[in-house]
Amino acid sequence: MTFTKNGLVYFLAFCSGFCIMGIELLGGRILAPFFGSSVHIWGSIITVFMLSLSLGYLLGGKLSTHNASLAKYGFIFLIACICVTPIALFSQPIMAYIFTHIEDSRYGSLLASMALFFIPTVILGMISPYSVRLLVTESDKSGQIAGILYFVSTLGSALGTIITSFYFVLAFDVNSIITTFAITLGLLGLIAIMIGSNVRREAPIHA
Amino acid sequence: MLKPLFIVAMCVFSSLIFSKEIHQERSLYRNIIVDEKGDTLCLQFNTRITKLNQSCIYKSNPDKLFFNYTKMIFASLLFIDNPSNVLIIGLGGGTLSNVIHQLFPDAHINNVEIDPAVVKVARDYFHFIETDRVVSTVQDGRIFIKRAALKKQTYDWIILDAFNGDYIPEHLLTKEFFEEANSVLAPGGIIAANTFSSSKLYDHESATYYSVFGDFLNVSRHNRSNRIILAGLNTMPSATDIDTRANQLAPRLSRYNIDLKDIRQLINTTKDNHDWPENTKVLTDQYSPANLLNN
Repeated sequence: MTFTKNGLVYFLAFCSGFCIMGIELLGGRILAPFFGSSVHIWGSIITVFMLSLSLGYLLGGKLSTHNASLAKYGFIFLIACICVTPIALFSQPIMAYIFTHIEDSRYGSLLASMALFFIPTVILGMISPYSVRLLVTESDKSGQIAGILYFVSTLGSALGTIITSFYFVLAFDVNSIITTFAITLGLLGLIAIMIGSNVRREAPIHA
Repeated sequence: MLKPLFIVAMCVFSSLIFSKEIHQERSLYRNIIVDEKGDTLCLQFNTRITKLNQSCIYKSNPDKLFFNYTKMIFASLLFIDNPSNVLIIGLGGGTLSNVIHQLFPDAHINNVEIDPAVVKVARDYFHFIETDRVVSTVQDGRIFIKRAALKKQTYDWIILDAFNGDYIPEHLLTKEFFEEANSVLAPGGIIAANTFSSSKLYDHESATYYSVFGDFLNVSRHNRSNRIILAGLNTMPSATDIDTRANQLAPRLSRYNIDLKDIRQLINTTKDNHDWPENTKVLTDQYSPANLLNN
């Protein structure tokens, strides 16, 4: 059971890495119609993603100290799903509002990035430290496990970047890709919650 | 005794044949090179492998236009009367702006260029004329047009020349962008776009223009090497009217090296003549992999 559980955690971390970078890459495409394609667009996007990931790491680490479980882990994915969806649904009115109120496209794009990507990326950032908590059982292996986890999630990020930019944008609309990411995160969350609650129910019997 | 003569001859010869970089700078977006070769002075955007000429002038006669596509843009004048508000997206060396200013000294011309270094080079090397009527704005073209639409500004001649042949700003090649451009087009005005004529992008571009403007005009030679799209016309003048105008205007344009009567022969309408497949996907803000399609 632990073996499958660990595999699932790694797989979920991989997928979240994939989605984070896929969304970040599409961020440029989403902002361009309102804020152009100057370098400061990427400045805004990368700043917001780094900032929200850093906060996500803090929050995820903190959360993992309170009765960490696979079910709660799945719940983070479910919330991520809910927070990613508005990017596809409401980006147009949000950006139109910011565009009409802020003349300078640098601050406009920064604010738009904040409005669209801050919350979902904070949530997605919580996943890494929480994964470490679920995977580590012995302290002398904690570094190795963290290493494998970073490997898996960053590999996911690399693939999310290249596959989105090389192939997805050629085949699908931006909103369809974002929605697919959201649905994927949601389904993975549900799977984790289901398996997590089974583990808990089985636990007393084996004990 | 012949040696000095030979050296002089070689120098003259090499200055004619070999190009000389007289200015180079790295801007926020690209490498900019000003290259001199004989009588021509060119603005180039450079990558390691290719140097793409963006804009060239004849040093002996800067009024003469160099590139065919810039000449073909003047086909617009067969369909509009004296333009009073001109919008040019993509400055290059400023040659288009200069010629339009000389033809219509009263016209307001707004050049929009994303790269401040290009504006500087146009001023320093390409005699880009700026007056109280001819101005340049350093901004992304899409943002400029969106803001112009908010201010209810209109232009009777909009020239889209922002593609450098190497990289396409994809947000300037979508249905939504053309709708925005159309919204700042004055009644009776025209949009002239320098476009991609080879690759799969030709079809996507045609389909996208058609989705916004309906049938439009192509100005191109048969080999599809360069294509100017003329769109946004309310009414199509008759062939005889166009001929008459071409004859009237031709003398005024000839000093700029524009043979309007020849260019007139290159204009074809897409009416009953769609040369792109029916199911070609329209480029939108949601789907705009223009650079990938251009490979």
